[in-house]
Amino acid sequence: MIIGFAALLVCQLAGEITVRWLGLPLPGPVVGMMLLVVAIALRSLALRRFGGGKAEAPVSHVADSLLGNLGLLFVPAGVGVVQYLDLIAANGAAIGIAIVVSTVLALVATVVTFRVVKRLLPASDAPTSDAGDRA
Amino acid sequence: MTPFALWVYLSTSPLLWLTGTLIAWLAASRIAVACGRHPLVNPVMLAIAFVAVALKLAHIDYKTYFDGAQFVHFLLGPATVALAVPLWRNRDLVGRSLLPMLAALTVGSLVAVGSTIAIAALFGAPFDVIASLAPKSVTAPVAMAVSERTGGLPSLTAAVVVATGIFGAMIVTPLMNRLGIKDWAARGFAVGLASHGIGTARAFAVHPVAGAFSGLAMALSAVVTPILVPIVLGILK
Repeated sequence: MIIGFAALLVCQLAGEITVRWLGLPLPGPVVGMMLLVVAIALRSLALRRFGGGKAEAPVSHVADSLLGNLGLLFVPAGVGVVQYLDLIAANGAAIGIAIVVSTVLALVATVVTFRVVKRLLPASDAPTSDAGDRA
Repeated sequence: MTPFALWVYLSTSPLLWLTGTLIAWLAASRIAVACGRHPLVNPVMLAIAFVAVALKLAHIDYKTYFDGAQFVHFLLGPATVALAVPLWRNRDLVGRSLLPMLAALTVGSLVAVGSTIAIAALFGAPFDVIASLAPKSVTAPVAMAVSERTGGLPSLTAAVVVATGIFGAMIVTPLMNRLGIKDWAARGFAVGLASHGIGTARAFAVHPVAGAFSGLAMALSAVVTPILVPIVLGILK
């Protein structure tokens, strides 16, 4: 648990340092996520040489706990937003309609593009619900 | 200590509001589960409402609340890093879906940003409001930075981002069912792109594959949106 949490923080720290050092227009945690994927991949290579085991094992418990309660983490910021609701109200219908219509359009455009391109590709249309890890 | 002095102490201590945030979340997720995770009973929205009402009744300002709640807020960073784990577990599927993802990322981000700007402009919203709305589908810290850079109001952007996240999380399940889409990867990718982390929280509650692709879409759109918004806003000028 602690080793997993430390691993997440180390990756986030490395991500923040990378972003600031190179002046990248990216959030540090997103770079941290990429670094953790690389770290897990390297561990997987090492494990393959020296016997078995799951490469993500040290971080899987803490990652599943955090991601299983991801909604909780948006509550503090969300509460802060409640004090700006009058800002939304002041700008009236434009904001409400923009949010509703554009979110629906974005969802439909994304999912349709994903499916159409997937169908165009040869022999890749296996139903994804069978391929997932149900951990 | 008199009860009043005790209350004055507790209501301004981080302990009370950290505890309150966790209890509000537990209550909200119990309610969501009891309603069979009905898409309209969104636990994030419920928990925010519980805490907001409690703060209002207790006359507590946001800064005092955040002194306690910041410990939860801080975990957003590690949680974003943790998205690597579902990504790794689904690496074969992710690898096979690279082209669909890139295409969906391009089209979806363009539609998210373009349609927002078009609708707001159509309603005659002033430029600072349009610029505040444009990055609304991307995760809050990125959206606020983009908004600030392009002449928007970061606090309005934060409010719009949360509203977009909650609306997307509520609408995605009925919408995808109506479209007849059974592909968890495609459904997850769409909600992560349109409604960032709050959509991703919904996706993880529905299916692990949807969660993995939603997290990936959210990360990718955090890369693309800061480039896209100034370009599309430039057309308007």
